[in-house]
Amino acid sequence: MSAANPRLEELVAEAQRVLAICNACRYCEGYCATFPALERRLSFSEPDIHYLANLCHNCGACLYACQYAPPHEFQLNFPKVLARVRLQTYRKYAWPGFLGRAFERNGLTTALALAAGIAMLFVFIALVSDPAKLFQSFTDAQGSFYAVLPHGAMAGLFGAVSLFVLLALGMGFARFWSDLEEPPGEFLKPVSFAEALHDALTLKYLDGGGDGCTQPDQERSPARRVFHHFTFYGFLLCLAATSVATVYHYAFGWKAPYAMTSVPVLLGMAGGVGLLIGPAGLFMNGLRRDRDLGDPGFTGMNVGFLALLFLTSATGLGLLFFRETRAMGLLLAVHLGAVLALFVTLPYGKFVHAVYRFAALVRFHLERRRPVEGIAPE
Amino acid sequence: MLGGGNAGLCAALMAREAGASVVLVEWAPPAYRGGNSRHTRNIRSMHAAPTETLTEAYPEEEYWQDLLKVTGGRTDEALARLTIRHTDSCRPWMARHGVRFQKALGGTLHVSRTNAFFLGGGKALLNAYYRSAAALGIEIHYDTEVLDVNFEGPVFKSATVRKDGAEHVIEARAVVAACGGFESNLAWLREAWGPPADNFIVRGTPYNMGRILKQLIAKGARSIGDPTQGHCVAIDARSPKFDGGIVTRVDCVSLGIVVNRDAERFYDEGEDFWPKRYAIWGRLVAGQPDQIAYSIIDAKSMGKFMPPVFPPLKAASLRELAPQLGLDAAKLEATVARFNESVRPGNFDHTVLDNCVTEGLVPAKTHWARRIDTPPFYAYPLRPGITFTYLGVAVDAKARIVMDDGTACPNAFAAGEIMAGNVLGQGYVAGIGMAIGTTFGRIAGEEAARHVRG
Repeated sequence: MSAANPRLEELVAEAQRVLAICNACRYCEGYCATFPALERRLSFSEPDIHYLANLCHNCGACLYACQYAPPHEFQLNFPKVLARVRLQTYRKYAWPGFLGRAFERNGLTTALALAAGIAMLFVFIALVSDPAKLFQSFTDAQGSFYAVLPHGAMAGLFGAVSLFVLLALGMGFARFWSDLEEPPGEFLKPVSFAEALHDALTLKYLDGGGDGCTQPDQERSPARRVFHHFTFYGFLLCLAATSVATVYHYAFGWKAPYAMTSVPVLLGMAGGVGLLIGPAGLFMNGLRRDRDLGDPGFTGMNVGFLALLFLTSATGLGLLFFRETRAMGLLLAVHLGAVLALFVTLPYGKFVHAVYRFAALVRFHLERRRPVEGIAPE
Repeated sequence: MLGGGNAGLCAALMAREAGASVVLVEWAPPAYRGGNSRHTRNIRSMHAAPTETLTEAYPEEEYWQDLLKVTGGRTDEALARLTIRHTDSCRPWMARHGVRFQKALGGTLHVSRTNAFFLGGGKALLNAYYRSAAALGIEIHYDTEVLDVNFEGPVFKSATVRKDGAEHVIEARAVVAACGGFESNLAWLREAWGPPADNFIVRGTPYNMGRILKQLIAKGARSIGDPTQGHCVAIDARSPKFDGGIVTRVDCVSLGIVVNRDAERFYDEGEDFWPKRYAIWGRLVAGQPDQIAYSIIDAKSMGKFMPPVFPPLKAASLRELAPQLGLDAAKLEATVARFNESVRPGNFDHTVLDNCVTEGLVPAKTHWARRIDTPPFYAYPLRPGITFTYLGVAVDAKARIVMDDGTACPNAFAAGEIMAGNVLGQGYVAGIGMAIGTTFGRIAGEEAARHVRG
């Protein structure tokens, strides 16, 4: 137990209390992977709790079905305690460790301030290199973007940040995985990896056991899953657009901007639309969600992350449509500011749920093939 | 509709679907609505072939034999067979009202052949029914206690209810009493059981006070069943007085020994598989002094049963364990020593009726008898946990309440626990309560609507 974090100790103790009740009840075992996973255990260590917390998708089905939910004296709220542990998981496994504290501050203000700050930095760079060009209009043929900001500076900065982000996410994963006492090789076992990938790509468990996440009025709705799909696949399409553009640039020597009908622009447009609809939908859905589900990050890092995704897309599309006008220079700076702020905060914001959830899903599929020690069901 | 549990909602939904206008009164607030149905998990279901949630087949005759065996013949065959057949046909209707069944998984007492499990349990089922009821325009009053039912002869006229401290009279052309047994009424339990009732724990809702049951009987309804009969299991003595539900069960009885306050054994712990025996242990513990008993196991058995909600009491020796239980250490040691000496060698296998038995011991332990000799030693304190009572009002096949003189009330129906005794005079099989409630709830609703609409 981490003595350095009394809040985590308290949460782990509460989770242990709740999980013992759930393990004796088991009515919810049909809802998702979290319950079969907890049923394999008789007691719950701190790493067990981090693992289970990251299997839970906070759909809410179990809370509304729970005979022990408040006001019952057992005061059982499974999704809430796991949501809180989850947030502490992100903090605990963050690399470098001291940046883990950022999770508590990584809200909307931080996200927007960072984006604005970086945008201003780009404006400054542009002004220093050639102030006149910042407010000039260029045709596509003139290689507009790099006329304002030198390609080398842009690529170098993004390359360095990307490498750091990958390292930080990788370290977080490695810390989590070794805490689960799983050897590194287990993660890449093809069958369980493929099953976890299937669950992640289809968001199998973000559906309340079949009908969608539960809303405060107890109606089931697939909205959360649908908007998450928009967000996730929008994000992937944007990454694909960037990757294709990188290949164009370095392999073929084709310089941006690319034509409206080119592969990077089409991918980017599709992804951009996804990243407008998805984050906006998740935000609206989040406002409607039951506070009792205790998604504690919603007001903080969830919103900051959604805002940066939305901003990245909105400024990207803006840049696309106005790139031959005088506004291009500023739009470019703002867009790059949003993108870079998004990147820098990836390892210290809501994005990390992808890493830990995926690891937890792989663990789940590994584990379910192993014999259960000790427990013979009846 | 008096009562908002499974039976009441089935009746309300059926009556509304048949075109009647329906008012449902529920004593509990929304958070505790649904009576004991909120603690249920499955419905025992006849079926001829495997379904998505039920394996193999469970034919009518086998179901009937299972019921006959546990009730020792204290059942009405016509009503029982009506129930059994109904459980085959009602599942699609339940699904249409939003109830979802779960695929067979572990931890469910190996009953996926005979019982269909509700995804999320009984509260999820209730939520689905309440959503459906709201969508169909059924008027629901929470926090509303039914004080009286008013009859003219065998004809129901109105019900007196209390809401927000004020009394109201609801007139209706038909009524369905679906307001449970009397298991939360401690005074009545004491009347039936005597002082031992003070040590009973009520596993379910605190709202089943049996007021309407008592009034119906007072107004001439024929009573059925015995007030001391009910579904009563041995549960953890540390459970809350009410509403502890499923997690209070202790499943290690057959793995060890059970002693009473005097550190003496009193029944064969290994008589049969636990799922077939758990329902008799409540009565067994109720028959012991102070209604307390202790299930004692050693390290060999730890982890071989469903984990109970409360941690076991634990000690390195029986001598140290005894004071934690308030037992005489020397007596406990002597009882365990006598038990250990009489254990014959065998091949322990908890999944079959194995050959591990005691010899020359009274009472014997006839399966799974292993020496209790490997520290640490563990104990779970047990008390009788009353789940529901079987005393009820007699009904006919149309769920109409039958009066003492044998006439059926034309417009007063009963469903659920309040009439379960017609089918279940004693004993218990898993999922039979929901089978009775769903069957008679649906019949009562349909018949009430038929009566009202002519």
